[in-house]
Amino acid sequence: MGAERAGDRAERGTRAGGRSPGAREFEIIIGLEVHAELTTRTKMFCGCPTTFGASPNTQTCPVCLGMPGTLPVINRRAIEYGVRTALAFNCRINTACRFARKHYYYPDMPKNFQISQYEEPLAEDGWLEIDVDGATRRIGIQRLHMEEDVGKLVHDGTLETAQSSRVDFNRAGVPLMETVSKPELRSPEEAAAYLKAFRSVLVYLGVCDGNMEEGSLRCDANISLRRPGAELGTKVEIKNLNSFRNVQRALEFEVKRQAQALEAGETIVQETRLFDADKGYTRSMRSKEYAHDYRYFPEPDLVPLKLEGAFVDDIRRALPELARQQQQRFVSQYGLPAYDAGVLTQSRALAEYFETATKALGGASPSAAHAKSVANWMMSELLRVVAGDDDRAIAESPIPPAHLAGLIALIDDGTISGKIAKDVFEKMRHSREDARTIVQREGLTQVADTGALAAIVDQVIAANPKAIADFKAGKTAAAKSLVGQVMKATQGKANPAIANKLIEEKLARL
Amino acid sequence: MADLTRLTAHELTEAYGSGAATPSSVTEAYLGRINALDGKVRAYLTVTPDLARQAAAASDARYRAGKPLGPLDGVPISYKDVLSTRGVATTCGSRILATWVPPFDATVVTRLAAAGVVPLGKSNMDEFAMGSSTEHSAFQLTANPWDLSRVPGGSSGGPAAAVAGDLAAISLGTDTGGSIRQPGAFCGIVGLKPTYGRVSRYGLVAFASSLDQIGPFAKDVRDAALVLGAIAGVDPADATSVDVPVPDYTAGFAQGVKGLRVGILEYDRAGMDPDVERAVSDAIDVLKGLGATTRAVTLPTADYGLAAYYIIAPAEASSNLARYDGVKYGLRAPGKDLIEMESRTRAAGFGAEVKRRIMLGTYALSAGYYDAYYGKAQKVRTLIRRDFEAAFENVDVIVGPTTPGVAFKHGEKEDPLAMYLNDIFTVPANLSGNPGISVPCGFSTTGLPIGLHLVGRAFDEATILRVAHAYEQATTWRTRRPELS
Amino acid sequence: MIERKDVEHVARLARLALTDAEIEKMREQLNGILAYIEKLNALPTEGVEPTSHAVPMVNVMRDDAPGACLPRDEALANAPDRAGEFFRVPRIIED
Repeated sequence: MGAERAGDRAERGTRAGGRSPGAREFEIIIGLEVHAELTTRTKMFCGCPTTFGASPNTQTCPVCLGMPGTLPVINRRAIEYGVRTALAFNCRINTACRFARKHYYYPDMPKNFQISQYEEPLAEDGWLEIDVDGATRRIGIQRLHMEEDVGKLVHDGTLETAQSSRVDFNRAGVPLMETVSKPELRSPEEAAAYLKAFRSVLVYLGVCDGNMEEGSLRCDANISLRRPGAELGTKVEIKNLNSFRNVQRALEFEVKRQAQALEAGETIVQETRLFDADKGYTRSMRSKEYAHDYRYFPEPDLVPLKLEGAFVDDIRRALPELARQQQQRFVSQYGLPAYDAGVLTQSRALAEYFETATKALGGASPSAAHAKSVANWMMSELLRVVAGDDDRAIAESPIPPAHLAGLIALIDDGTISGKIAKDVFEKMRHSREDARTIVQREGLTQVADTGALAAIVDQVIAANPKAIADFKAGKTAAAKSLVGQVMKATQGKANPAIANKLIEEKLARL
Repeated sequence: MADLTRLTAHELTEAYGSGAATPSSVTEAYLGRINALDGKVRAYLTVTPDLARQAAAASDARYRAGKPLGPLDGVPISYKDVLSTRGVATTCGSRILATWVPPFDATVVTRLAAAGVVPLGKSNMDEFAMGSSTEHSAFQLTANPWDLSRVPGGSSGGPAAAVAGDLAAISLGTDTGGSIRQPGAFCGIVGLKPTYGRVSRYGLVAFASSLDQIGPFAKDVRDAALVLGAIAGVDPADATSVDVPVPDYTAGFAQGVKGLRVGILEYDRAGMDPDVERAVSDAIDVLKGLGATTRAVTLPTADYGLAAYYIIAPAEASSNLARYDGVKYGLRAPGKDLIEMESRTRAAGFGAEVKRRIMLGTYALSAGYYDAYYGKAQKVRTLIRRDFEAAFENVDVIVGPTTPGVAFKHGEKEDPLAMYLNDIFTVPANLSGNPGISVPCGFSTTGLPIGLHLVGRAFDEATILRVAHAYEQATTWRTRRPELS
Repeated sequence: MIERKDVEHVARLARLALTDAEIEKMREQLNGILAYIEKLNALPTEGVEPTSHAVPMVNVMRDDAPGACLPRDEALANAPDRAGEFFRVPRIIED
């Protein structure tokens, strides 16, 4: 009960505008450990597929089941993805790295040791930039290493009450990349921002699908509090954080919990806590004081890796532009506002869509106006129809970039009005046709013939004496309603600018 | 019938080729002999007569068509029960795997099947290959065909006894600290440990990953060379197997040993059986007579090899055997929760020697002890490697006794340390990775076989086979057989 | 060197249920073996690189190409307790 209230209080505190009371007196020190499942076709040490959601125990073989007599063999693509990621995070690649056995008994681990990396990880000492409260901070990355994932346990009940559990080894052996940040995050908000930025890099690189619900990306946090100038506080580990929001919520709760305890003169127990997303609090899982003795030693069934020369250079050369760089480039190259650039770089597919459409519209060197038109249409119309971070949906969009560009071109050259264009967009979305085809077939070309419009304007003025009277009486808004009447009379096809001008001129002469 | 089962593999295939015998007739002869005599020797844990007859019939057909697969087509073989055989029990001599039936074959089994061998069955061993007498098998006590009250050696006692007792023409064993060479010596047959990485370990149930190698037992050196030729070669399923070409290992036999430089190992003679000393010394004289030059060779760090081995091997074993926990396969003992189930399963499933080594290995790897034990032992390995490299600057092969003594009686060596000392000459080659062979070189005054140990340069099995062959052909030890009937 | 509590601790790490008599015997035998291993301390090894692999190779890797999976029945064929599509284990309590 008390914990619940603390959780509620923490939530209210956040909603009330940010810093919880605890943060004011204590320095918060957070480190994040992120495990990412790589999108290789096959597992880390055997040729079984890595696809999610297969029927239990149908994606296994003697190797990943840890059957007697079997041996692991390293998946080269997994190493390439690891190097690619390490380079994107500005890490130092360890030329000599090797795998090690990490021993502990758990039924989801067939060999009762995990092939991981210990003293010689793939990469170390990198960094990632995050933006929080308008400021950019650089968060250090301690190390990045490769290992194999474990199977899935299904408890027949809750972990506390179950009399048995069932094991599915489909996931055992999937390549896992573990990245440990330096303890340089200073608030729950920063932690969530770090995770978001981290995920974005991995998805941009194409090494991980970033699907936190399916467990492709998992996060543990370490958090401690200390009074400024005092010694480092006791670290508490929080597990089971499966969304950005939950990372922030869990850490906010922890800040409150630890701050209250410290203020009351209690000591913080070094332990592992689980976040209960429903209740909004963390609870003790096990005491970390009994630290595992992992008995690491170099994996004798695998020879060391020497990562250097062409292997690393080729990967470095092929590194794609990352979201952050693209965002900055969209601002400088296309003159987009930072906000627009941020939205359009939420995925590589969306960013590519933007550039393709802009170049289709404006040629090899499109103007800022071209870029802004495309940006506006994407943000207000396209993103209603397609999720911005869904690469597949964007690729299969009913309105490909060239079609969007074509639509905008018809507005720019006066063929249709902006309002009609919105209708055409809807039609394009359903029929997958290009704009010009639809406009021509349905006769939606806007009326720009001044003579024809002038006649209609006269009719409208003649038919609306009250509006004329209002206008003469100083209600300039009446002119707008007359324009509206002209649009109605032309089924929206009147060129609004010309209609406006004609109305103005006629009214002026009245 | 007795004649057929006495023949070497190359004699058999010659007979098959000339029509003097057929694979099926030889297979029946072996199966009959196993039936009649294995009750005394207890070499076999599982006999596979149906598989044998099927393979033999297929081989018959190939010889009739004049299209044998190669020099081992139709040759009856026994596999140490640590080698995975699809659909056939693979117990590793342990209660914890008494019911384990692998759904795959070891690479060596696949390669030999492709060579046309006739699989007679799986043979006994010290549990998980840990031992030097095969007395640590959970199932049965194998007897040395030369004296049924004595051990055949270990851990590959079953396959060694099978070949020595003419219960198989060839067999495969494994050698981690001497487990092919020592039983080869005790049983009076040829036993070869290839260079580490020469033969794929895929399908070999791991004991000590950085030391284990699979190798042949044979009635003569030529057979051993033929089997090595069939099983050697890089395997994509074993990342520690080395991509070095596989030569015809018999090609150099005609060359003999003239001009070859033989290194005579210097060692501490305390505790040596004088018969062994005499036999080895006589063997060296034979080599000299054949034209080899000799000089003394020391491996100063070799004395520390056993101590290093008894850290590295148990450490790796404790890790490799962690998977036997009653969850996925093998024995499961009841328990009120997972930890109790696992602890009871392992207590019931493992024998005393295996438990001892798991405890020793776990201790050596545990927090705070790694540098002092495992780390230190790995450095000693480097020193032993350097000793061999230095020695091989001046010699082409190093000879010495395979074992300090001859086959001892069942139950004679109860103290674990006394048992470990059996491996004192064989262990250094496991630590360095060099190939080693034991070839019969005489008998004790009590009629028990003695082995001559030859160690060669890495991937130079051809030279040790050549020397062993020359020695063998200049002597008649192989014509003497145990009286088993 | 090794005391009873060390034996108990290692036995727990190794998931081996030992009786009191076994613990005592194990303690004696392990001490004996460790005493023999002590001789390694006489050998100077400063500056010597450890050997993890007898043959110095690097970069042995495989292509990211699919291999054969086991049909589920074969994967579960040796399971001591099979529950439908799964391996079943007794209740898990934290260590």
